[in-house]
Amino acid sequence: MSEITPELVRHLAGLARIEVSDAEVAQFASQLALIVDSVATVKAAVNDEIPATSHPIPMANVFREDIVKPSLTQAQALSGAADSESGRFKVSAILDEE
Amino acid sequence: MSLLNKSASELAAMLGSKEISSVELTKAQLDNIDKLNPKINSYLTVTHELALEQARQVDELRAKGEKLSALAGVPIAVKDNLTTIGVETTAGSNILKGWVPPYNATVVEKILSHRMPILGKTNLDEFAMGSSTENSAYGPSLNPWDLTRTPGGSGGGSSSAVASMQAPLAIGSDTGGSIRFPASVTGTVGVKPTYGAVSRYGLIALGSSLDQIGPVTRNVMDAAMLQDAIAGHDEMDATSLPESLGSMTEAAKNDSVKGLKIGIIKELTGEGFQAGVSERFQEALDLLVASGAEIVEVSCPSFQYAIAAYYLIQPAEASSNLARFDSVRFGLRVMPEGPATVEKVMAATREAGFGPEVKRRIILGTYALSSGYYDAYYGSAQKVRTLIQADLAKAFEKADVLVSPTAPTTAFKLGEKQEDPLAMYLNDIATIPANLAGVPGMSLPVGLAKEDNLPVGAQFLAPARQDARLYKVGAVLEKLLEEKWSKRMLDFAPELKVN
Repeated sequence: MSEITPELVRHLAGLARIEVSDAEVAQFASQLALIVDSVATVKAAVNDEIPATSHPIPMANVFREDIVKPSLTQAQALSGAADSESGRFKVSAILDEE
Repeated sequence: MSLLNKSASELAAMLGSKEISSVELTKAQLDNIDKLNPKINSYLTVTHELALEQARQVDELRAKGEKLSALAGVPIAVKDNLTTIGVETTAGSNILKGWVPPYNATVVEKILSHRMPILGKTNLDEFAMGSSTENSAYGPSLNPWDLTRTPGGSGGGSSSAVASMQAPLAIGSDTGGSIRFPASVTGTVGVKPTYGAVSRYGLIALGSSLDQIGPVTRNVMDAAMLQDAIAGHDEMDATSLPESLGSMTEAAKNDSVKGLKIGIIKELTGEGFQAGVSERFQEALDLLVASGAEIVEVSCPSFQYAIAAYYLIQPAEASSNLARFDSVRFGLRVMPEGPATVEKVMAATREAGFGPEVKRRIILGTYALSSGYYDAYYGSAQKVRTLIQADLAKAFEKADVLVSPTAPTTAFKLGEKQEDPLAMYLNDIATIPANLAGVPGMSLPVGLAKEDNLPVGAQFLAPARQDARLYKVGAVLEKLLEEKWSKRMLDFAPELKVN
């Protein structure tokens, strides 16, 4: 049986910075329990001898010349931001009061 | 009506001989979109003015006698997970509602440089996560063959647009079948090129080791011409292949399969496939054999683990890729109740902006990558990937191309699988191995299933970098089928009644 519990779902959502509701936690826990049980079959398919493949077509050390080229202006870079000030992205406090 | 039914290659020839103008063609296309899109929901954004301006420009250049590319003047639809300067780009998500990118995807730049008018941005499952477009924040697209059914996903906007004559050509992206499955259920042609053949710069990333952009069209030659137009090395994408894969247009002129060895994948036939799907698939094979192709059976035993491996690797990569939606640089920002910190704003924004499937996959991916589980899940999935590549390498020793049905069934009903994510994932059984292995795949329509009169697709796979083989066999099979039917696949489609 899967180890996916509502508490674990809440913890994982916290790590992923998603503020889930109680209803979502209950729904995701039951759905993810089934999904995790199903995907866990990969464990039976492999052993220590088999190398892992992270990338279908191996490529290493992909470089290009370090040449300065025109890029986004500051205004363009900020154009999608919810809030900005003095040419910078503006966010809420980084640290909590506590 | 006659202009709308033509293939892109026919239209390109008519434009070249000045029989029609791009403005004329683009206007006819936009009129049809205005008529059909409110019902079918293929497009999230229709760019009337932009398209007509581009059409005017290409007509002027042609009048001046400038040398133009093969598809110049032929309008195209672009999936809404590719960035477009000045045109809203949502990826089907509420978190990007209203976002207007300040840069173009490389594929969009190429389309513009080929002077193909962009008709608009097509619908998709949110961030391309899904097989039906039902996960789009903007409602599903409908299948023009039966409006109660899905046009497939994630690229159901592009497939339904091409199948309903709302665009002669479209761009899709394929992470686990998002080009090929929609093609299969709408009677269109969809190709996932070799990983790295087409630049992914400006594609809103889902699974970076899996994603590939490709053509969605009405026939094989159109797909070949479009792949040639968008492929090529791009230094903005570190996974972009340095070498050219040759001309697909030339490959699509092939007229013989004599001596071609076609491998039937044992694990992707028979049980679990709808009877009408298997029947049409077998008929297509018989036609190829009668024309001199040789059938061999190949076995890819690791394919039984492909879906499991995929639903670890893809959510893991997605959970990382989607971390960029943090309410700071673009997209939605939602303020939480009480004192706000940047972290609380982020969590409230992601809660409000992401739909359930996206949240599920981010949570699943976070789990697969978490300490203590990483080796058992993500690590094992990456080893399965090695096994699948090895199975394919062995199969390609016996066969030039591999073949299977593209999907186990024809188009399913909207709503049928929405409450059961696992059932939805099983649609991708035949398409996922190509993404895990990086090899190219093409879905080609092979007729209608007897039980429901809906399109069936056959999928061909070739070794990495051998995309040309898909076009060679696809072109011949398409010709054989059209000769047999005395018409083209989409001529079977019922007339759309939208009022």
